[in-house]
Amino acid sequence: MIELFKELVDAVSSPVTIFTGAVVVFLLFVTFPRQAASKGGGLTLLFLVLAFFGVGLTDKHFRSIVSAPDNVPIVGMIFIFGYFTWYAMRKAVENDRRMEKGEPTVEQAETNDKVLVFPYLIFIEFVVALAYAVGLVLWSLFLKAPLEEPANPTVSPNPSKAPWYFLGLQEMLVYFDPWIAGVLLPTLIILGLCAIPYIDRDPGNSGFYCYQKRRLGIQVYLFGFWVLWILLIVVGTFLRGPNWNFFGPFERWDVHKVVPLVNVNLSDLLFIKWLGWGLPKEWYLREAPGILLIFTYLILPPAVLAKTVLKGLCKKLEPVRYSILMFLLLVMLSLPIKMYLRWAFNLKYLVAIPEFFFNI
Amino acid sequence: MNETSQAVPAKPQGSPPSGAEKIGRRKFLSWFGLAWVSFAAATTGALSIVLRYLFPNVIFEPPTNFKAGFPGDYEIGVVDERWKEKFGVWMVRSPEGLYALSTVCTHLGCTPNWLVNESKFKCPCHGSGFYKSGINFEGPAPRPLERYRVALAEDGQILVDKSRKFQQEKGEWNNPESFLPL
Ligand code: FES
Repeated sequence: MIELFKELVDAVSSPVTIFTGAVVVFLLFVTFPRQAASKGGGLTLLFLVLAFFGVGLTDKHFRSIVSAPDNVPIVGMIFIFGYFTWYAMRKAVENDRRMEKGEPTVEQAETNDKVLVFPYLIFIEFVVALAYAVGLVLWSLFLKAPLEEPANPTVSPNPSKAPWYFLGLQEMLVYFDPWIAGVLLPTLIILGLCAIPYIDRDPGNSGFYCYQKRRLGIQVYLFGFWVLWILLIVVGTFLRGPNWNFFGPFERWDVHKVVPLVNVNLSDLLFIKWLGWGLPKEWYLREAPGILLIFTYLILPPAVLAKTVLKGLCKKLEPVRYSILMFLLLVMLSLPIKMYLRWAFNLKYLVAIPEFFFNI
Repeated sequence: MNETSQAVPAKPQGSPPSGAEKIGRRKFLSWFGLAWVSFAAATTGALSIVLRYLFPNVIFEPPTNFKAGFPGDYEIGVVDERWKEKFGVWMVRSPEGLYALSTVCTHLGCTPNWLVNESKFKCPCHGSGFYKSGINFEGPAPRPLERYRVALAEDGQILVDKSRKFQQEKGEWNNPESFLPL
């Protein structure tokens, strides 16, 4: 029975199914916040994850990966982040309910005065910091950080894994050029996060949790954080094995596993396969369609949306902030788009100019 | 008022000071200047030491030129890994001749592994794959592995010159120096 389950899980596991599954869970969570944030919803989710780990731990391979000292915190992270996401949603939903009935929110009911950061907030943070410090000390006492051989530039361990907090980036690098995934996207993530208060300047609904009135922000955040970051870390940690091949959770890490991954650039597809002309000599002719496509992608949707569905938003934010917001959102969406293009068409790069180390 | 104007030397143009105070401030400013000068000196000193530290006394870099034995040492069709560790070079003997491939992945610079059974180079970092010729065909690597200059030395040994690189995407593999016909 358990064997069957494990085989089934391995058989359906692939980057596509896992990613798509996560998107579905995300969509369910944000469309049915009430159910998801209820006690029953939370417990069901917790039970499912625990059951999966429980069954998984009977497997020797799964156990060895999950209990590797570097990976233990990632397991912890799944539970901690899961809990806090559920808890925040719970508070938001509670306030939504109250506001619907015209009652004051939990926070307003407590007091309508401003509360001082010191000592109220600082005190709580101090206690939490203490608890985490204790946790860190215990962790470092019981789980040893392994010392490996001296570094040698001509030997890369197989698989070579970045520190856990960078595994999301490493997973992104599978689909992107180093300049994009290693420099541009991280910079935009940080700048984008910094820009939030300047983009969303609406003072309403601040000071308390709520979901209905802040849907867009919360959904974008949950998608970016959970699906595009935490999920990629989890995949990179547990499911990427030798040669950075993908392995199911219970699959033995076979160094000789062969996965056909041959991929081609958009220019190859277009000029050789579809048109049958052969590649143009000059790089700007060769990459013109890709460049055009990128520009269309960045310009057309914001323009169309500003005139139609998002008319109100555009008016509220004014053109500059609206364009910045749209640009950030489109860049964020480009990651899943690029991933699906790779999976569906074996597409390597939309624009490939190796002559100038520039590939998108 | 007196105290404020002393405590804030950056704004000396406050109320007109009395005589006694003038000396006090001047003294203060000279101490202040001294402090700044010594602070700047100490910082410059520390920084220059840090800069010095960035340039090592001895560099353990393998020479860029090396002799790679005789052509007869290489078997046709085999990717030879004997120089990988020391010089970062794979020697590949094709039926037509020899070429020297760089062991640096063109994606982010990890060192790929030669998989004999699958007959490909496979990078452990993000899964790029290269054919025996060095051409990239899977994963994110945007261009083929680079080749180095190979030539025959006077004593009949193969000379590999890592200071000269040949990149396929620039059409440089057609250069006769990138390939040693045998
Ligand atoms: S460094 Fe080789 S695939 Fe990224």
